[in-house]
Amino acid sequence: MGMTITEKILAAHAGLEQVEPGQLVNARIDLALGNDITAPLAIKEFRKLGVKVFDPERIALVPDHFTPAKDIKSAEQAKLLRDFAREQKISNYFEVGRMGIEHCLLPEQGLVGPGDLVIGADSHTCTYGALGAVATGIGSTDLAAAMATGECWFRVPETILLRYHGQLQPYVGGKDLIIYTIGQIGVDGARYMAMEFTGEAIAALSMDGRFTMANMAIEAGAKNGIFPVDAKTLAYIEGRLQRDYRVFQSDADATYAEIIDIDASSIEPQVALPHLPENARSVRELGEIKIDQVVIGSCTNGRLEDLRQAAAILKGRQVHPEIRAIIIPGTQQIYREALDEGLIQIFIDAGAAVSTPTCGPCLGGHMGILAKGERAVATTNRNFVGRMGHPESEVYLAGPAVAAASAIKGRIAAPEEVR
Amino acid sequence: MIIQGKCHTFGNDIDTDVIIPARYLNTSDPQELARHCMEDLDPGFAGRVQQGDIIAAGKNFGCGSSREHAPLAIKAAGVRAVIAASFARIFYRNAINIGLPIFESAAAAAGIQAGDEVKIDAEQGVIVNLTRGESYEVTPLPPFIQEIIAAGGLMPWVARKVNRDV
Ligand code: SF4
Repeated sequence: MGMTITEKILAAHAGLEQVEPGQLVNARIDLALGNDITAPLAIKEFRKLGVKVFDPERIALVPDHFTPAKDIKSAEQAKLLRDFAREQKISNYFEVGRMGIEHCLLPEQGLVGPGDLVIGADSHTCTYGALGAVATGIGSTDLAAAMATGECWFRVPETILLRYHGQLQPYVGGKDLIIYTIGQIGVDGARYMAMEFTGEAIAALSMDGRFTMANMAIEAGAKNGIFPVDAKTLAYIEGRLQRDYRVFQSDADATYAEIIDIDASSIEPQVALPHLPENARSVRELGEIKIDQVVIGSCTNGRLEDLRQAAAILKGRQVHPEIRAIIIPGTQQIYREALDEGLIQIFIDAGAAVSTPTCGPCLGGHMGILAKGERAVATTNRNFVGRMGHPESEVYLAGPAVAAASAIKGRIAAPEEVR
Repeated sequence: MIIQGKCHTFGNDIDTDVIIPARYLNTSDPQELARHCMEDLDPGFAGRVQQGDIIAAGKNFGCGSSREHAPLAIKAAGVRAVIAASFARIFYRNAINIGLPIFESAAAAAGIQAGDEVKIDAEQGVIVNLTRGESYEVTPLPPFIQEIIAAGGLMPWVARKVNRDV
């Protein structure tokens, strides 16, 4: 019987010939990730075992959520990571100034490759599926156990095959495709399942666009999102990935729980309304929605291509006088490249604030918290109640083009409106 | 395992940001987290909830982030068990790993009203609503997961394994 790419990767790491959905397997992992919120709890649990980490090269610790430390408690949490990394000789610890948002950083640094099995104590670990890896979020206790054993248990997920047909319209990118998709299937539409993204619109999508889509698989409840490996994937890992990798492919006779065909050519730029990512609308359907803040960044849309799209719209224009536009490059390297390309200058000239890499406002941490009644357009991934600040504030999710256009207009706007 | 208590009810898609808002995640002290449990949805909850109470909710409970602080906050607030029509994947793992009993039952989620007294019989896989005289079937846990629960959570389970290996 044929297997999907997800099933093959899980089988290979569990040392099995064949697995099927629903089966529980114990599998060897290639990388385990923790951050300044989840790793402190994991470290506390890990210490109870009195052992050393299974392999210091296969653990990554990234202080990105509340860093540069926003208050004393956050500083203490980050210090726990730092001290643990030194003690256990974990080289993949990334300090402020060399750091980035974990899901932008790990692929960029060549820590994830095709065929890998990666777990992270962060729900958006599913981002790495863009590279043809199985990557999924787990909790702190799972991370603690994996740091000790190098293994983790998994329930083999069923897979939903998504096929995107046709050519994308202007200003439509990975963010619009995934918001549209979640709008179709709902926030639990892929609960416990793998989402396999295929079709000619996906083949045409850049790696940055694929990372954005895989990132939000969790917003449909999925265990992982995964893409076929192609020339773009191989070009991306070239010069980054320092170890062997294996390319897996779904069999033609693999079994899918569902196959969904999407006419990608009909999708317009999308916005997800508060307070769930499934509240997807075409930006043009929305009436006048005044906003107070725009955030461009996060592990969803903080990559170079995202910044380029925003800069193309902001170039020579001004952020609306009543808007605070906050732009956060995903990693130090992206920041540097944006600087070299003149993007940062465009943002600053437009009247936007540019920050060092951090999760910051995405989770309502710092660097742009909303007051009661305020509204933001954000290129982030969640618009839950209170996600970016006060429980009575609102977050509208969109791609960088809509976010940049909205920053100029002071209301939610389509990219064409500022041409 | 028999768990009996009074139910607090919540709707569908209760996300981890309302269970414990990120602004309180600069600590992992369970008692401190418990003080803010459900705050953005029901600011009075942390003050009202009594030791031994039960949460009953709709589909996709615990969706969103991987923060284990969410089940920890619920547990430290005194909640003995969570019943839901369905659970989001990471929350499900986390609850089992930290020893917060969870029960999947669409019938219970539909039938239980706020304030109902219910009795959960984990072995029999049944929830009895003592207030309404109804009973609901629970989706059974896979044996492997029951093994983790029986060991007292993931860490005791792993500890046995690690020691066996050395
Ligand atoms: S940017 Fe937002 S979603 Fe991504 S890891 Fe940071 S807090 Fe989580």
